[in-house]
Amino acid sequence: MSNIDYNTRVVEMKNITKKFGDFTANDNIDLTVHKGEIHALLGENGAGKTTLMNILYGLYQPTSGEIFINGQKVQVTNPNVAIGLGIGMVHQHFMLIDPFTVTQNIMLGMEESKGLGILDLDKATKKVEELSKKYGLYVDPNAYIQDISVGMQQRVEILKALYRGADILILDEPTAVLTPQEIEELMVIMRSLTDQGKTVIIITHKLKEIKQVADYCTIIRRGKKIDTVKVEDVSEEELASMMVGRNVSFKVDKAHKEPGEVVLEIDNLYVKDNRGLDAVKGLSLQLRKGEVLGIAGVDGNGQKELLEALTGLRKAESGRILMKGKDITNLSPREIIDSGINNIPEDRQKRGLVLDFTVAENLILENYHKKPFSNKGRLNHKAIDDFASESIEKFDVRPRNIRQLAGALSGGNQQKVILAREITNDPDVLIAAQPTRGLDVGAIEYVHKYLINQRDNDKAVLLISFELDEIMDVSDRIAVIYNGKIVDVIDAKDADEKTIGLLMAGGGVDNE
Amino acid sequence: MKILNDIGGIIGISLMYSAPLIYTSLGGVLTENSGVVNIGLEGMMTIGAFAGATVAYFTGNPWIGFIAAGIAGALLALLHAIACVTFTADQVVSGIAINFIGPGMALFLTKIFFDGAAMTIPIDLNDKMPRPLDGLFTQGSFIDSIFNQYATVYIAFILVFLVWFMLYKTRIGLRIRSVGEHPKAAETLGVNVYKVKYLAVILSGVLAGLGGAAMSIAVVSNFRNTLISGQGFIALAAVIFGKWKPQGAMWGCLLFGAAQGISIYLGRSGVISSQLLAMLPYIITIIVLILFVGESRGPAANGVPYERNK
Repeated sequence: MSNIDYNTRVVEMKNITKKFGDFTANDNIDLTVHKGEIHALLGENGAGKTTLMNILYGLYQPTSGEIFINGQKVQVTNPNVAIGLGIGMVHQHFMLIDPFTVTQNIMLGMEESKGLGILDLDKATKKVEELSKKYGLYVDPNAYIQDISVGMQQRVEILKALYRGADILILDEPTAVLTPQEIEELMVIMRSLTDQGKTVIIITHKLKEIKQVADYCTIIRRGKKIDTVKVEDVSEEELASMMVGRNVSFKVDKAHKEPGEVVLEIDNLYVKDNRGLDAVKGLSLQLRKGEVLGIAGVDGNGQKELLEALTGLRKAESGRILMKGKDITNLSPREIIDSGINNIPEDRQKRGLVLDFTVAENLILENYHKKPFSNKGRLNHKAIDDFASESIEKFDVRPRNIRQLAGALSGGNQQKVILAREITNDPDVLIAAQPTRGLDVGAIEYVHKYLINQRDNDKAVLLISFELDEIMDVSDRIAVIYNGKIVDVIDAKDADEKTIGLLMAGGGVDNE
Repeated sequence: MKILNDIGGIIGISLMYSAPLIYTSLGGVLTENSGVVNIGLEGMMTIGAFAGATVAYFTGNPWIGFIAAGIAGALLALLHAIACVTFTADQVVSGIAINFIGPGMALFLTKIFFDGAAMTIPIDLNDKMPRPLDGLFTQGSFIDSIFNQYATVYIAFILVFLVWFMLYKTRIGLRIRSVGEHPKAAETLGVNVYKVKYLAVILSGVLAGLGGAAMSIAVVSNFRNTLISGQGFIALAAVIFGKWKPQGAMWGCLLFGAAQGISIYLGRSGVISSQLLAMLPYIITIIVLILFVGESRGPAANGVPYERNK
């Protein structure tokens, strides 16, 4: 079934080194990709995969090294050159213009013209439709980007590359934002592309996907190439240990523990969403000491509003939230933190960190007004720095620089800074929302370890996640949320994916 | 008939006063759609008004003066582009600087060219912008008051269509809007973001310069330093009022032009103090912005300097 033409090396990168100041992002990396191949680049966040591909696409210039395309030595000085060489790239964060239509986005930079620079939209639309049909990439050419699904946006991105005659497609973390169904569709699309003679390079850290779709896999760790392997010859575990540099356990280790008394009690809570509609509708839940309670559910069933009401960011319309018997409903975020609730927010870049602040500053965001960090309104920089140095050591934040801007850290390290801040507060209740979103295997393992650690210290953890695997692995009890209500609470030991999946989809519930 | 003729008069004056604003606001539409905020329009208008009046005076030809005004505006705009696009300076700060340089330079040059006078010598009435339809209608009639306008007024409305066509129907327009929305996306598709921004900013200077001249060689016939006092900012307000679209900005300018027309008409009647009336267009600007600005959404990357490797 394979379409690989081993005689044609479409991409050959030799001894590529890229330095940013003192930091070596790519260290002497070689990469060979044959025609018709799906080649995966595997590595942790910050390993240098994307940098390597940005070099191939002409967004960065290598410090040293050579690039050959179809055997010809080339200098890819900018994306235009790459496009001319038949290289197309789909970036992780889509490069789409929201108020433009699908066709306008695709043709930008290579516009069809009736002459005199006047746009020929009909011709471009026709071309988009043809390509869309040929490769099975369904899009609506006249729809505006802001109105279409993420999956369709991604297809627009792929079409953008194909429209430019790309034979080599680079997909940067293509599945990070997709639903499971959309991921399936993407796999089919990738196969259909290679069937028609295209070559695909995917950057990813998801092992499952590599096993499912890739022919070859090149593993990069801390800027260095570890190996290129034939995917069918290796197991997921082997790939993982090559990526991280040690053995990784996919299972979360935890001993049995009897939960203690109730610490957080939510009683008949109602919360409205931004549109003013009820998003949380009479939700009740009890969280006990020494347990991880996972909230499983499909995105958009009230998790966001529940979380915001619990942390004081959104008003609860009615109902009560009791913390150790004390009513904390609609208190300010600071009062809630002081009552013993800390939170790992869903969006670490928007809610978790101030990206333009240093690591040290981010670490005291919740406590800057308290001693020893400040005294009568004056910051004590020595205390802040000492605390920061200690924290980044303990939580293994890399690089070990408390003056680093939070925005310059990799996702995993950003999350470690947040963990350090929230856990050092020693909260009785830790609310973790999507704590491992976008993180690689090593970092996920790390975050899970800390959540379990809290539980073992007789603290309570409320875990909200859309990843069912994560909920099942980490939780002691699983509460399923559907349509703003908890529909069932199951002991994790007795839980199976099928039952929970059914509950998440609203099965077994009487719809009013 | 008196009332009808008076209404015609007000409409005519409104159109005449709208024209300079329309040129300038079209410039604002172009530069803001490319993502560069240009509050320096005021300064560019001023230098254009000066250049137009001076060149028209010395050459005796209003068209050469008009073109010179565009060039003068473009030169100041080039300065803004160098600061904001190449050196990613703060666009508001650069705009403020332009607003000092424009009038300062205009006054300085006026004194050099006109023996230390603070205003240029008025151009001969025969050398002013022509009125192409003059004499076609009965003098002072309703129709005559509205349609017998300076050439600059007609050109302003033609330009509204041309700028709209350029922004929405041509390749360069698509590119201008793309760099104002998501410059990185445009760059990855091979669009030269810097070049497009330069073009848009310089064109905005040309248009603001023309707007200044539409004041100094049509509405009046010489340049003085108070001639452009806030019209550049009103034009900018019209851009926002018009949701960054040429036709929308035109309506905004017509509104402010009408305010001016009414205040001039009322001023003639002497019922209300002219000083108070002179405030009317500005008060309307504020009220309109308060009422409308909340609903409009500008280009996503407007005002954000673009740096290639960031």
